[in-house]
Amino acid sequence: MADADFRTLRLAYVRSADQSAATPARHPVVIVGAGPVGLALAIDLAQRGVRALVLDDDDKLSAGSRAICFAKRTLEICDRLGVGDRLVAKGVSWKVGKVYFQDELVYAFDLLPDGGHRRPAFINLQQYYFEGYLYERAAALPGLELRWKNRVVAVEPHEDGVALTVETPDGPYPIEADYVVACDGSKSSVRAALGREIRGQVFRDRFLIADVRMKADFPAERWFWFDPPFHRNQSVLLHMQPDNVWRIDFQLGWDADPDEEKKPERVVPRVKALLGEDAQFEFEWISVYTFACQRMDRFLHDRVIFAGDSAHGVSPFGARGANSGIQDADNLGWKLALVIEGKAPATLLASYAAEREAAADENIVHSTRSTDFITPKSEMSRSFRDAVLKLAKEHPFARRLVNSGRLSVPAMLVASPLNTPDRDSFAGPMIPGAPIADAPVRVGRREDWFLGYTVDRFTTVHFSAGGVPAPEVVAGLSSLAGAAIPVAAVVVVQQGADRRVEWPGAPSADAGTGAGVTVLEDAEGLLADRFDAHDGTTYLIRPDQHVCARWRSFDPASIRAAVARATCNA
Amino acid sequence: MPATLDIQPNIADADGFYEALIDLHRDLTPAESRLVNAKLILLLANHIGDRAVLRDAMARARDGVGADANH
Repeated sequence: MADADFRTLRLAYVRSADQSAATPARHPVVIVGAGPVGLALAIDLAQRGVRALVLDDDDKLSAGSRAICFAKRTLEICDRLGVGDRLVAKGVSWKVGKVYFQDELVYAFDLLPDGGHRRPAFINLQQYYFEGYLYERAAALPGLELRWKNRVVAVEPHEDGVALTVETPDGPYPIEADYVVACDGSKSSVRAALGREIRGQVFRDRFLIADVRMKADFPAERWFWFDPPFHRNQSVLLHMQPDNVWRIDFQLGWDADPDEEKKPERVVPRVKALLGEDAQFEFEWISVYTFACQRMDRFLHDRVIFAGDSAHGVSPFGARGANSGIQDADNLGWKLALVIEGKAPATLLASYAAEREAAADENIVHSTRSTDFITPKSEMSRSFRDAVLKLAKEHPFARRLVNSGRLSVPAMLVASPLNTPDRDSFAGPMIPGAPIADAPVRVGRREDWFLGYTVDRFTTVHFSAGGVPAPEVVAGLSSLAGAAIPVAAVVVVQQGADRRVEWPGAPSADAGTGAGVTVLEDAEGLLADRFDAHDGTTYLIRPDQHVCARWRSFDPASIRAAVARATCNA
Repeated sequence: MPATLDIQPNIADADGFYEALIDLHRDLTPAESRLVNAKLILLLANHIGDRAVLRDAMARARDGVGADANH
C-alpha cells in the first residue's frame, strides 16, 4: 500500500453526538493528544476491548521529521500493536555507530552484535510516518474514536471520575471520563489545567536540525563528530532516513540566535562545510532546539495519568524521548484495562507511576551524562572529554567513556513491587523486571519469533528438555488459561526434540497448538541460553513482556500467586 | 577484604618519578598540560579499576581545596 503524504494529511473535525447530549457523555478512558504515545495507548486499549476516546487539538500529524530513531523495544511493542512490519519495511535499519574526533575515526560500536532477534537495534523513520501508521491502525479499530480539533480547556477531577471541557469549532462541550491519560506533550495542557509542574535542569546549549534531501552514499550508520574541522569546537550528528532524507544535527552553543540560525542562507554553508561545496540538496525540515532533563514528581494524580513528554523530557541524543513514551503506553495499557474491567484494584495504576518514574530517572541520568560529555561545562571538563577521545582510538577502556548519547534500551523494572523475587537460582539477564529476549522458534512447520507468543496476556513459558511434557503439566498449563485473569501457556522444547502433540484435544501435530498450549521448538537453542533455562524451568511473563517471576519447576499455585501479586490482587 | 588506597611509599626511586612527572609537561602550554594530566588520570584510574579506591583518592585530592574545603 502506498503511503499517504502524512505531512499534508488533514484530519477532519466531525461534530460528535456528545456535543448535543443533554447530560455529559461518560467515557471509560479519554486520551488527550494523538501523538505517538496517545495513539499507541489507544490502539492497545482498543485491542483489549476497552473503549478509548482520543482528543487532539489539531487536525494534522507531525509536520517535521522530529523523532527519527525508533528502538528495538519500540518495534517489538509496535508488533503487538499491529504496525511493526510497516515500520520496519519503511524505516532504515541500523545498529552501527561511529565516533569521530577532529579529523579521525576514533571507534565504532555495534548496538546488536548477536543475531537471533526479529527486530533490528534501531530504525530511523520520520515521525510523520510513525504517527501516520499508528493513525491508520487506530482509525481501523472498532471501539477507538479519534476527535480532531477538540482542545481540552478544563480538567476537573472528581472522586469517581474526571470532568473535561472540550473546545471545538462549534464551541465547547462537557464530557466525563473514568480515567484521563495526558499524552499531550512537553507543553501539556492537562498538566497546566491541573496546576501541576514539570521540573528539572534546562541545558544552556542550542542545536540546529537540518534535515536535507539528497542522493548520498553514506552508510546506514550513526556518525557523530566531536570538534570536526568543518564545525570547530562543536559536535555534529549525521543519520540516514528513508526517502533520501538525512538528519544533520549541528551543536551551535548557547549564544546562537535561534531565529537567525534557522534561515536557509545560514544553514546552507554549514551543510556544505560537511558535504562539500558542490553538494546538491534541498531542505526537508529546519529546526533550532534547546532541551531540558525534567519530569513530573508523580505521573499519577488520582484518575489523571501522565505519559510520554507530558510527564518527562530528556535530550535527544539517546533517542530516549519517543521510545520511553512508547514504553509508558506499553506499561499502562494492560493495567488500565484490568482496572476498568474490574479485574484489578486501582492501586495497580500506582505501579505504572512507580515503574515509569524510575525509568524516567534512568533516562534522565543517561541524558544528563551525555550532555555533560557533548557540552563540557568547564575547561577541565573539556580536557577530560578530549583526553577520553584522544585515548579511545588506541585504548579500549576509553571507548567505554565516550558518550555521544547512550541509546535507548528498555527499562529494567527490577525494583517493581509486581515482581515475585527469585526463590531458585538463576544466571543471566532475565531477572524479574527485565524485558524478555527474543529468539527464533519453530511452531508446527513454520519458522517464527518467540516474542510473538508472549503478547497481550500473562504468559507461562515452560521449558522442556525432551519432547512435550508430562500430562499433568499440560493439564496444569491448560487450567491457567481459564482463570479470571487468563494466563496463556507456551511450552518450549529443546532444539531438535520431538514436538508431536500428544494430549487429548490436540489438533494436528503440525499446527503446534492443542488444548490451549502452544508448543515452540527452540530453533537455534538461543532461548534456553538467553533464559538460563533447564528442563522444567518456568517463567511467568507480564502482558508487556517483562519477566514477572521464574522457577526451576512447574507449580500452578506459584504461578497463580505471582499473577495475583502482579495485579495487586494478592 | 576490599582494596584501600595505599598511602604508604610505594614508588621505587621517588625522586626519579617526580622528575619524570615534571618532564612530562616540559614545553607544554597550560591547556596542553591539562590534557596530558587528564589522559594520565584516565589511564591510571582504569588500571586501578576499584571504585572504592578511586573514590577515596578523589576525596583526598579534593580535601582542603576550593569553597567547600571540608569536602
